[in-house]
Amino acid sequence: MFYIHCPYCDEHREEEEFHAKGQAHIARPLDPDACTDEEWGNFLYFRANPRGIHHELWVHAAGCRKFFNITRDTQTYAILETYRLGEQPSVTSQS
Amino acid sequence: MTQPNRLNSGGRIDRDQPMQFEFNGRRYSGFQGDTLASAMLANGVDLVGRSFKYGRRRGIVAAGAEEPNAILQLGATEATQVPNVRATQQELFDGLVAQPTSGWPSLNTDALGMVGKVFGSLLPPGFYYKTFMFPRFGWKLYEKYIRKAAGFGRSPRAEDVDQYDHLNQHADVLIVGAGAAGLAAALSAARSGARVILADEQSEMGGSLLHSRDLMGGKPATQWVADTLAELAGRDNVLLLPRSTVNGYHDHNFLTIHERRTDHIADRAPEGMSRQRLHRVRARWVVLATGAHERPLVFANNDLPGCMLASAVSTYLNRYAVAPGNKLVLMTANDYAYRTAFDWQDAGRDVVAIVDSRADVSGHYQEEAKRRGIAVLLGHGVIEARGSKKVTGAVVASLNADGSAVAGASRTLSCDLIASSGGWSPVVHLSAHTGSRPVWNDDVLGFVPGETLQQMKTAGAVKGSYDLVACLRDGAEQGAEAAKLAGFDATPATTPEVDSWPEAKAMALYSIPHTQPNSRAPKQFVDLQNDVTAAAIELATREGFESIEHVKRYTAMGFGTDQGKLGNINGMAIAAKSLGQSIPDTGTTIFRPNYTPVTFGAVVGRHCGELFEPERYTAMHDWHVQHGAEFENVGQWKRPWYYPKAGETMQQALDRECLATRESIGILDASTLGKIDIQGKDAREFIGRIYTNAWAKLAVGKCRYGLMCHEDGMVFDDGVTSCLGENHFLMTTTTGGAAGVLEWLELYHQTEWPELEVFMNTVTDHWATMTIAGPNARKLLAELCDDIDLDKDSFKFMDWRQGTVAGVPARVFRISFTGELSYEINVQANYGLHVWEKLFEHGEKYNLTPYGTESMHILRAEKGFIIAGQDTDGSVHPYDLNHGWAVKEDKPFSFIGKRGMKREDCVREGRKQLVGLKTKDPKVVLPEGAQAVDDPKQPLPMAMLGHVTSSYYSANLGRSIAMGLIKDGLNRNGDTIYYPLSNGQVVEAEICSTIFLDPKGDRQNV
Repeated sequence: MFYIHCPYCDEHREEEEFHAKGQAHIARPLDPDACTDEEWGNFLYFRANPRGIHHELWVHAAGCRKFFNITRDTQTYAILETYRLGEQPSVTSQS
Repeated sequence: MTQPNRLNSGGRIDRDQPMQFEFNGRRYSGFQGDTLASAMLANGVDLVGRSFKYGRRRGIVAAGAEEPNAILQLGATEATQVPNVRATQQELFDGLVAQPTSGWPSLNTDALGMVGKVFGSLLPPGFYYKTFMFPRFGWKLYEKYIRKAAGFGRSPRAEDVDQYDHLNQHADVLIVGAGAAGLAAALSAARSGARVILADEQSEMGGSLLHSRDLMGGKPATQWVADTLAELAGRDNVLLLPRSTVNGYHDHNFLTIHERRTDHIADRAPEGMSRQRLHRVRARWVVLATGAHERPLVFANNDLPGCMLASAVSTYLNRYAVAPGNKLVLMTANDYAYRTAFDWQDAGRDVVAIVDSRADVSGHYQEEAKRRGIAVLLGHGVIEARGSKKVTGAVVASLNADGSAVAGASRTLSCDLIASSGGWSPVVHLSAHTGSRPVWNDDVLGFVPGETLQQMKTAGAVKGSYDLVACLRDGAEQGAEAAKLAGFDATPATTPEVDSWPEAKAMALYSIPHTQPNSRAPKQFVDLQNDVTAAAIELATREGFESIEHVKRYTAMGFGTDQGKLGNINGMAIAAKSLGQSIPDTGTTIFRPNYTPVTFGAVVGRHCGELFEPERYTAMHDWHVQHGAEFENVGQWKRPWYYPKAGETMQQALDRECLATRESIGILDASTLGKIDIQGKDAREFIGRIYTNAWAKLAVGKCRYGLMCHEDGMVFDDGVTSCLGENHFLMTTTTGGAAGVLEWLELYHQTEWPELEVFMNTVTDHWATMTIAGPNARKLLAELCDDIDLDKDSFKFMDWRQGTVAGVPARVFRISFTGELSYEINVQANYGLHVWEKLFEHGEKYNLTPYGTESMHILRAEKGFIIAGQDTDGSVHPYDLNHGWAVKEDKPFSFIGKRGMKREDCVREGRKQLVGLKTKDPKVVLPEGAQAVDDPKQPLPMAMLGHVTSSYYSANLGRSIAMGLIKDGLNRNGDTIYYPLSNGQVVEAEICSTIFLDPKGDRQNV
């Protein structure tokens, strides 16, 4: 079970308080009606499944209800950082 | 009662506290301080079980968690039955009742034993797969009997009378194992002031020191244990957990500890005490001091009762004062096990011989044996145990230099106990739980913990360090290091000196060769619990299984409840040898939680019965109970399902409720509908982006129905949202969808549109909601409300008003889920019951009838109103539902779902669409889920058109009604389709409008 630091509460909390919401940094196209089916399909369904560093969106559902991001290693389950919405990860697969 | 194998003195038992117990229907006695296993051995109980596959006689082998044979059923009553308890880990208490779990029809006369004897050669590995899996359905027939014969415990047939609980804990340093290394680690960590938890699976802490005869700082080892425990117990930063097995090491240093709090006291827990507890510990740092298990040596007939681990024999002698036999043959490949022979001799028993596979070894231990007059056969091996019911002899022969073949003539030594030691296997289980692979170490001839990402240190024998002084020092250092890393100022505790002899190099020996090849020699058991032999492993490699993971699955090695604690390394060594490669090349061994079996009681804790899941009640719940409601679970809510009167069937109650509502007036407790309060200057814009329809012009005092879609265009929730103020709305959701919808709104507000000034919160529980529906609804409301103008032209359908109902401030919404004149009265939840009762006081003359969710479903289906999640399933968009009227295409912002429902697949011909269905026979009610076809006589597999989503008998219409999805259904009005059912019946139905009653809406617009 993960031990997750909520960047808004600034505390470590048990995984039971959180919901995972999938890959982070997937922006809704600004003009959906201008998207082709393929573009919209990519936005809807296509997600990365990396072995290693992954950025995920989580929500502190049973806490402050804030959404935030986690950089997590999918092999080791190590959480490398958590950061607020609007911020960029400092740990990436390139770094 | 006599205990023939009990020594007259010594041990850590209390001879002044005798205890009676029962095994296999016979009564025996033991002492306080015994385990069930030590007491059975004291009484000379040789036979504890029958083997899994061959039904062979089995006795106790070990003294701890690694025991593969003495797996018993415990419990004096049906309600206190516990299956698969290891007798070696169960403390004796007065009145304990145990049964063997194997042996059928009885332990002494075993049917499978005969099968094993006669057909043993016909039971190769993979036998069950090869035989019973064909035909495929066969396993269901055979399984019951195979399991019965194979010997697994049984679950109790009565409800458990004991309580179990959970405790969440935090620790700076959690130390697993209270042997020499663990105790030293605890001293270092505790003295730093860190919060320390020390957990050990045994009743007494001390590990191997409890049966050690070493002197520590000139005093008995048990004295050092007692002094150390006294210091630890005196510190309030230390929690000592004996009888507590750390069973799981999970991510981010989360560990689960199974504490058996009362299993040693009596058959059931004393009043007011939980029987077992699961500690859920989040530890900053962990020190694993889990020690090592001795490896037995594999030789022919090594499963005969009377073959034991050398260290187990020492444990029974020194800790429990039990000598399980008279004449010992010790088979070893190392010096350490010599101690067992010395212990045995000191207990006044006869050591027939020490058989040592090493040809060229001389040191303190060999000299001591010589001094004691014990025969030592160097370069020899016990190649076979002799005996029919138990060991009566050991066949020994000289071996070649690497122990791979018999080198000389064999002879038989008369004995009744063969103790063997092939060395030690570090208990790396916990370190492997989070994915760290153990690594082979040739110096210690075993796997040691590999690298880990956890905040974890290891100390002592788990690393392959078996010297007591080294274990103590390592423990002290690792304990201090862990405390330091957890932020404390720690120094290693000083540890006592121990006067011990240096040991000569051990030999890498796992299985002892026989004069015959393994395939022809008497069975040489590797895994005693699953009856896996050396020959079976060799056969598996010959059949092409090269990976140890495949060999394990094919032979079932290591798949018992002991997880192969004794057998896995030997099995890998045999596979490696057979494949002509090294052990590390053959693979590693990985373990999963749990280390030992955990009872369901401990897993569940208090989360059972009425505490299994939270239950949510409305403010009127007690009234529903008093009026005989049957309840339905909707999410966590208990909703009245229907209100049967005496003698009524369910259908009769539904008919009465539905008729009364349309004829006069009915009332529904609608409090459970999700309610979300939405405010802010951009609230209106926000709602317009979430819902598919228009919200820009909804005036204060008005309500509107809306559909909510995901980005793929598929409907996932619906409800009515009301405009309470220019920047203030109240959204209702389905009962089960409330939390998900709120999270959905927050997701879009926080991630996509943070610039919108909007705030939302759940107010579901704040309001009690009662829906009055029917022609007399206005009349009834008028009797209780004098400050709202109820006139049909001033308080119109889809309006809401603030006012006072039954003297209580109320919001009244004129909305309808039944198609009747209908008002939803919302009051502060505390007033709910009062208003509800007032309505009944005044409603009696109108035959005010409470109806539940089932009648609600029928009444809404008569009107063709959908239920999101029942008539939709995530593949249905608004146009599929014929709800295009609820989609406003030309809103300036591309609302959620708009682009999705324009995808090629969403606009194609032939999509499944929601239609009404009338069965040809009006009495037949279609089962929900039934699949439609055009031609019921077509060959299988039939082309299916879609399924029934809602289906009821409607008393108002005097016939059955249904809705369902049908391919291209909206263009097929009037067509006949067929529903072939699983019972062979074919139901004929006609496609019609979903609106079965009052298509113009006259009933609600009155």
